[in-house]
Parts: sequence; C-alpha cells; structure tokens
Amino acid sequence: MLSKRIIPCLDVRNGRVVKGIRFVDIRDAGDPVEMASAYDHEGADELVFLDITASHERRETVVELARRCAEELFIPFTIGGGMRDESDIRKVLKAGADKIAINSAALENPGVLGRCSKRFGAQCIVVAIDAKLVQKEPEKKWEAFVHGGRVATGRDAVQWAVEAVERGAGEILLTGMDTDGTRKGYDIDLTRAITAAVSVPVIASGGAGNLDHLVEVVKKANADAVLAASIFHYGTYSITQAKEHMAAAGIPMRLT
Amino acid sequence: MIVIVDYGMGNLRSVEKALDKAGGKVKVSNDPAEVRAAGSIVLPGVGAFGDAMERLKKRGLDAAIKEAVAAGKQFLGICLGLALLFEESDEHGVHAGLGLLPGRVELLPTHLKIPHIGWNRVAAQKDSRLFDGVPNGSYFYFVHSYEVVPRLDSDVLCRTEYGCEFVSGVERENIAAVQFHPEKSSSLGLRMLKNFIT
Repeated sequence: MLSKRIIPCLDVRNGRVVKGIRFVDIRDAGDPVEMASAYDHEGADELVFLDITASHERRETVVELARRCAEELFIPFTIGGGMRDESDIRKVLKAGADKIAINSAALENPGVLGRCSKRFGAQCIVVAIDAKLVQKEPEKKWEAFVHGGRVATGRDAVQWAVEAVERGAGEILLTGMDTDGTRKGYDIDLTRAITAAVSVPVIASGGAGNLDHLVEVVKKANADAVLAASIFHYGTYSITQAKEHMAAAGIPMRLT
Repeated sequence: MIVIVDYGMGNLRSVEKALDKAGGKVKVSNDPAEVRAAGSIVLPGVGAFGDAMERLKKRGLDAAIKEAVAAGKQFLGICLGLALLFEESDEHGVHAGLGLLPGRVELLPTHLKIPHIGWNRVAAQKDSRLFDGVPNGSYFYFVHSYEVVPRLDSDVLCRTEYGCEFVSGVERENIAAVQFHPEKSSSLGLRMLKNFIT
C-alpha cells in the first residue's frame, strides 16, 4: 500500500535557509543542502524548497538551488518560486529537480500547465494554491490568492484546483491561509473540499502545531501528504517522531 | 566501469550521483562501443516506451546492450529500463522491446490513481544479492503507469501492492531490473545500488 508522506518545507533566500535551525551536528545550518540531507537521514519522504529571493534575481537563484540539491539529495524534491514560463520550468527540471511548484504564473497563464505537463509529464507539475475563506454560509467558499497571499484573484479555490488538474497538474500543494502560522491545525474543511474534487494527490499545508494535526488532516480530510515547516525546523518534533505517531494512528508510513 | 546508457530519456544526473555515492566508477554514455566495453550497465529512463526503443535503435544502443548482456555483463534496469527488457508493450500502440526476458508491458490494472507515485513496499520473491541488508517489505519510491508481466514466474524478483499486485522487479542470471527508483529511495536505495556494484 502506498504510504502517506511527510514533507518538510524549506524557505530559501539567496541560497540560504531563512528560518528554523535545529540540526546541531551539521556544519552550516543555513545551507539548504545540508539541512535537506539531515531531513533525508531522518526519514523525510520528500522535500519542498521555496525560493523567496527578490523576484528580479530569482530566475537564476532557483536554478542554482535545484542544481545543488540534485548533487546531494537521494529523495524526491520539489522546487518552487518565481518560475513564469515553460523555459524557466525546463531549466529547473534540467538542473535536477524532480518536480516544480507554480502558483501565480499558473493562475495568470493557465496554458503553461498543459504545455509543461505534456512536455515533462504531469508527475513533475505541482500547482500550489493559497486559499482563504471568503464565504461561510450557506456553504463555505475559498478564494485563491497569489503573490504570497497578497493579491486576490476572484477565483474559487476548489474550481481552480479542478481546472489545474484538467490542464495537467499532477499534484496540488494546498495552503490554508486562515490556518497558516496559527499552529492550531490544518484547514480540514478546505482540504476535504479539494481532495473530494480532484483525482490527483493533495499535499496539505498551513497550520501544523502538533502531531495530532498531521493525523487529523490525513484521516478527516484524506490528504495524501502533509507539509510542515516550523514544527520540524524548530525542533518541536523530529520526522521520526511524527512518522511513528502517524503509524500508531493506523496510517501507512515509511518507517526507517 | 559502470556505463549509464544515455539515450535522451530523462535526467540521468540523479542516477549518476547515486551510483557515485554508492561507490561506483560511473560514466554516462551514448556510445555503443562504450556500452560493449563496460564492466556493467545501467539502463535508466522515464518517458514513453515507443520513443525509448526508437532512440536506442537509432544509436545502435539496443544491439550493444544485447551483446553486452549475452557476454555476461551485469545489467540493471530502472523504471523504463525494466519495461524495455521485455518483448512488447501496450503503451500508445504495440511496440517491440529488447526481448531479453519473455513477457509484456501493460497498463496497471488498478482502480487507484494512475500514475502510481510515491513510496510503496517491495516484497522479495526470491533471494538476491540486491536485497542484502534491505529488510523485506521496505519502502521504495515509484513513479509509473505501466507494469511488466513476465511470462516466467522464475524471473520475478519482487512484487508490490497498489490496488492490484504487480511485479516491481525481475532478475535472471546477470539481468536485474526494478520498477522503482533506487536513486530516489534514500539510504535503502543507495544500499541496493551498492549491492549491484559489488
């Protein structure tokens, strides 16, 4: 049986990890590759790197990041940040990334999804969706936001997820903006709405504060993978602890 | 020297880095003469079966691989490199493969999501040096939509369950191949590559 996945996410600016330093035995805790290798050894199933370098420089930094990670990492990894078109995406995949994540560019120019999916395969195209609750009654509705959650798009998040998959997205990386940073748990209703609407794997993101939150979003919302940053980076829990906790709750996990 | 056969199907960098990490002396090549001269051969690849065979033939790599295997060179196929070993595939029309093992390649008959992507368990069906130090039932990383259906049970190395049971690896004498990606399967994947090298 396919296991559920735990995916630590690293924010990288100008080639340096910007938050969360806990591995005491690595030489350079700001180095994304060293930190990623430490996560690999601990049992992370995949890694996501988001390049948050200022946008005008990011076209170069994101390719270099992919190239360096490919040298040292022996688990799949996704790179996101600043890719606008097919040519940007090709460069990052060619540099060795297994998958790329796109958000704003996909919403502004959805045709890029079909072209990239056909050319590189759907399995390497992850569409990142940042969604915020905009209607509570009579039923909940969420809107997709872009540019780091600053700009509303007017697009219904669930409808956008469905369209993105039809166009060729192989996976959805879903961030609940209302729960992100709260440490009170993932947005269960949002995640459930998306997993019910699409046929591809959904990675839940935003709000993990303890290990029960990881279990909850898999069991109640049918997430295929859980992404978390702070609970791992600040050493609250190790990947091993998280996996053992999820396995004990009856979830298939790759224990190493 | 281990030669990784480069026929333009997918990024070979991660396979090269992983074999290097596992302690092998590695060369990526699209030259049939180098394939014939190799100590052992790794055939990786992602993409469509028909395209792959066409590219191998165009460069004379299909004949080189068959000669090297017939000469007893150790061979490891990964993902598409597993599928290509068989006689024919159903992927986008019927295409002939290398025919080094009897059997076919078919779409995964599962009710679950296709492609099958992620970490899944591998159950060994016979003793193999490839599994030295790898606990039975360990997880490896998969990305594929097709399965191989060997005609002979004796060629089956391991199986995996994904809504159906499929053959996730084969082995016969000097030929071995796996559906999953050891180069993306963390320490146990590297261990398997090390087992192949030694």
